Amino acid sequence: MTLHLEVVTPERLVYSDDVDGVQVPGSDGELGILPHHAPLVATLGSGELRIKKGNSEESIAVIGGFLQVRPDKVVVMAESANLAAEIDLERAQQARRNAEKAIEGGLSGVPDLSAARAELQRALLHIRVAERRHREGPRSHG
Amino acid sequence: MASQRDIRRRIGAVKNIRQITRAMQFVAASKLKRAQDATLAARPYSEMLDEVLADVAAVLGGEDHPLLATADPAGKRLVVLITTDRPLAGPLTSNAVRFTLREIVDHPGSVTMVTVGRKGRDAIRRAGIPIEAHFAGFGDRPTFADIVPLARLVTDDYLSGTYARIDVVYPHFVSTLTQQPTLGQILPIVASTDTKGIPGNQFIFEPDPSAVLEQLLPRYVATRLFQAVLEAKASEESSRMVAMKNATENAEELIEDLTLSYNKVRQANITREMIEIASGAQAR
Repeated sequence: MTLHLEVVTPERLVYSDDVDGVQVPGSDGELGILPHHAPLVATLGSGELRIKKGNSEESIAVIGGFLQVRPDKVVVMAESANLAAEIDLERAQQARRNAEKAIEGGLSGVPDLSAARAELQRALLHIRVAERRHREGPRSHG
Repeated sequence: MASQRDIRRRIGAVKNIRQITRAMQFVAASKLKRAQDATLAARPYSEMLDEVLADVAAVLGGEDHPLLATADPAGKRLVVLITTDRPLAGPLTSNAVRFTLREIVDHPGSVTMVTVGRKGRDAIRRAGIPIEAHFAGFGDRPTFADIVPLARLVTDDYLSGTYARIDVVYPHFVSTLTQQPTLGQILPIVASTDTKGIPGNQFIFEPDPSAVLEQLLPRYVATRLFQAVLEAKASEESSRMVAMKNATENAEELIEDLTLSYNKVRQANITREMIEIASGAQAR
């Protein structure tokens, strides 16, 4: 029995495949979802979404949004979602430095400051996900 | 009759025009492809959001959130008109503007507009309808983040009670040849009731239904607007492509006509010169 997982953002479909289980960062903590889960609608926090499929594990950095669970299907609607394999560590670090500079530089405009904070949060998450992947590689469960 | 040189010059000018319109046609064609892809890519999200909203709406109703309440028909209306920034897109903008004005005439009452795209703003200003805000330049690849300020503005206006109903008018992309100005109600939200087989009240809501709704509704508004902007973009490029294709064909026709009259003038000149020579020789 597998579970169909879809990860979508307002701009595109990021992931769509049959998986064995998925761990999702909910707004109130991690949610582990296996096939035959009860119908659920939850808000999403930001963090790493881990997909278990056969012997391998994949991860996606997700920020904000919702999650809808049906017995055979999970849909994650995130504000932003990036496959770990697609994250460019160097670019994330550059984005982090830029955002930190913008915040330290004392931006007075409120929207700019919150945009810079959001950007920083996003960069930090990308770095965390990408580094973990780099360290462990695509994991396999013998 | 125009001289040989004048006609030759005109042919050159029309050839230049043909070159430009043909280039614009190809640029629009490639942008259209991109815009269509973006519209399709954004569709799954909005479909899923509809589904989740239906789930939540099965548990909560209009009394639980102002964004879901029914519109007061006597209240003020805000219409968001989405058009283009750039000219030479055929009848696209004027159709959308005409459609909007008819809608306003058909439903008397106080109407204010928010315009996206310079062309629409200019036309609405000429029509003398008050414009509350204007957004320009979402560019060739509108992103979701571009739409957020617009969504926030209309949501705040609605929640503060300034307007009782908010609509969006945009050119709906039917096909490359057809774009239909379309009106869609943004606020208050009309939730679908289709929960795809599972009754909405069987869902567990985490942390609770109203928290989900609180997060969902603003995103729903932004998604609807985003879809409208993407559709408008695809419509703009296809309309421009067709307009430029027609312009190129007209230029070709004109070149043919001009070449014909150039040859006539040339022949007439040669004939005249020969008669002059012949009659000169005879006179001697």
